[in-house]
Amino acid sequence: MEVELIISVLKLTMEAGTPLLLGTLGEIYAERSGVLNLGVEGMMIMGAVTAFASTIYTGNPWVGVAAAAAVGGLMSLIHSFISITLKGNQIVSGLALTMFGLGLSGLIGKNYIGLTVRRINEFSIPALSKIPFLGPIIFQHDLLVYLSLALVPIMWFILFKTRIGINIRSVGENPAAADTLGVNVVLTRYLCVFTGGVLAGVAGAYLSLVYTPEWIEGMTAGKGWIVIALTIFSTWNPLNALVGAYLFGGIDAIQFNLQPLGIPVNVLKMLPYLMTIIVLLMVTRKTIRKKIGAPAALGIPYSREEK
Amino acid sequence: MKIKIEKTSFPSKTKSLTVTLFSVITALLTAAAIFQFYGVNPLSAYEKILYGAFGTPYAWSETIVKTIPLLLCSIGLGVAFKAVIWNIGAEGQLLIGAITATCVALNFPNLPSISLLPLMFISGFIGGAVWGLIPGFLKAEFEADEIITTLMLNYIAENLLKYLVYGPWKGSEEWGFPYTNKFSVSAQLPRIPNTRIHYPTLLIGLILTVLLYILMTKTKLGYEIRVVGESREASKYAGINFKKIILIVMIISGGLAGLAGVGEVAGIHHRLKVGISPGYGYTAIIIAWLGKLNPLGILIASVLFGGLMVGGDMIQVSLGLPFSVINMFNGLILFFVVSGEFLMRYKIKIKR
Repeated sequence: MEVELIISVLKLTMEAGTPLLLGTLGEIYAERSGVLNLGVEGMMIMGAVTAFASTIYTGNPWVGVAAAAAVGGLMSLIHSFISITLKGNQIVSGLALTMFGLGLSGLIGKNYIGLTVRRINEFSIPALSKIPFLGPIIFQHDLLVYLSLALVPIMWFILFKTRIGINIRSVGENPAAADTLGVNVVLTRYLCVFTGGVLAGVAGAYLSLVYTPEWIEGMTAGKGWIVIALTIFSTWNPLNALVGAYLFGGIDAIQFNLQPLGIPVNVLKMLPYLMTIIVLLMVTRKTIRKKIGAPAALGIPYSREEK
Repeated sequence: MKIKIEKTSFPSKTKSLTVTLFSVITALLTAAAIFQFYGVNPLSAYEKILYGAFGTPYAWSETIVKTIPLLLCSIGLGVAFKAVIWNIGAEGQLLIGAITATCVALNFPNLPSISLLPLMFISGFIGGAVWGLIPGFLKAEFEADEIITTLMLNYIAENLLKYLVYGPWKGSEEWGFPYTNKFSVSAQLPRIPNTRIHYPTLLIGLILTVLLYILMTKTKLGYEIRVVGESREASKYAGINFKKIILIVMIISGGLAGLAGVGEVAGIHHRLKVGISPGYGYTAIIIAWLGKLNPLGILIASVLFGGLMVGGDMIQVSLGLPFSVINMFNGLILFFVVSGEFLMRYKIKIKR
């Protein structure tokens, strides 16, 4: 295979992996604090349509990204209110968030179908982007790719090396004990789910402003659900999320290049979904689950009087 | 003044019904606000939805047409949810049922109806059941989260269907459209004259509703399913084979969704094509939840959501709203129903 093709596939791998990475990093925080949010797909698609619409209005894609982050965060508050404050069923609430987001985004986006938008410019990092082979793959992207990469060590560091991280993890492991030690369980969970919402919103913005710079109804096409699986795959660790997201990004990128070989499009399109199932099988046996450190209180609402 | 929140014992049936109704009304009001904000008069939108769904005999017949697959999918899901098995995959199971039935219809076009149609229903049931058994087996043997696996299988089923109608099954008489050839007359379900109601499927749905009610309330298996749902630990001590229950509820819910798929291809479209389901399998999740997993409740909710789908088509045409608005309704209703459960479980007391 020619070098240029390899370069283009690997570059595309990073681009396709970026929304997955952003979403997964956020969901890791939500789940580490004990809240399962199945609404990622809904927050992501709302982020996509918000980013697109606000970029059309303002002409500035960064306003679009900020708006998408805000909307993702707002959406997550609905889930937090139902699952943390009202102690409702997290699975149903998350599903509802996804359906609501898919529906509302269709309504909002109806007038934007077929329009084009000023996409986020590529920003080649001086000097580094000139490195042969690696330069064009890693250092010729837009800022969101670099931002997502920077978030990996930062979010890892916060989660495992700081007081805040200890609080988050203890709230997800044993909220009653954390409460006794003076950690504000409700606030911690709200903030973590909010972080997840903001990042899912930005992931959506990446889809509609960079990856396919247009608005298509339902354009997330299950990426939010792949994020849920990647969160398990990453064993709730931001560093592993990078591996998982790029692995899936790679499958996405390879699709385009396998098409000319005569493999039907729809068969190729099954790959990421099949892969998700396989990955899930590899990491979810209960014995392994305990070993890899799944948050013990994941999905269980916390109430003081029920200690 | 102090506000205190106390846990209550089991809510009464009246309270539970009131809260559900209240939740649905609140959801509709919220959607009205969104319509208003969007620049569509909510009153006229709701009027159009109601009229489109229940205003004329034709509207009623179309509502029943949509009720059929919704009922079949949701009574099956009701059984799975009772065991707290989150089958989110009715959509894919429906599509696979449609695919296997189509396979039979295209290969044996000359069989008489009396044997061909039952064969199609049986193959559709098996197809859907197998598609449900895959995640069931993965859950039973490897504890793979069924929410993700059933959902991923939806996407896989959708792509399989597309592959078939764009590829090997593409009809020679269809001018390049992604359709299979039209089924032979003997593979088409009879309808009530002047409507699209394929009554055999409707009858199957109603009979199965009764049968599942009996299964859940009067049999040992139904008892076991309920025990597993209430407490997995308790079921272990009661000597119930948890893995067996998972497989059984996945066969039931997958198979019934498969039957719904047969009804769509044999009763409505008379061919397999892209878009045979406008999300029946997803809407069925809400119906099962809204019907509180009770067959009568599910039947009523199926008719209401069937109407909402038909009415949704109407506003799509007359007000130019996208069909996905239905998803918004569904999401909102689900939000308020799950929040409403808070009111059922807790009492809010105000002390002076």
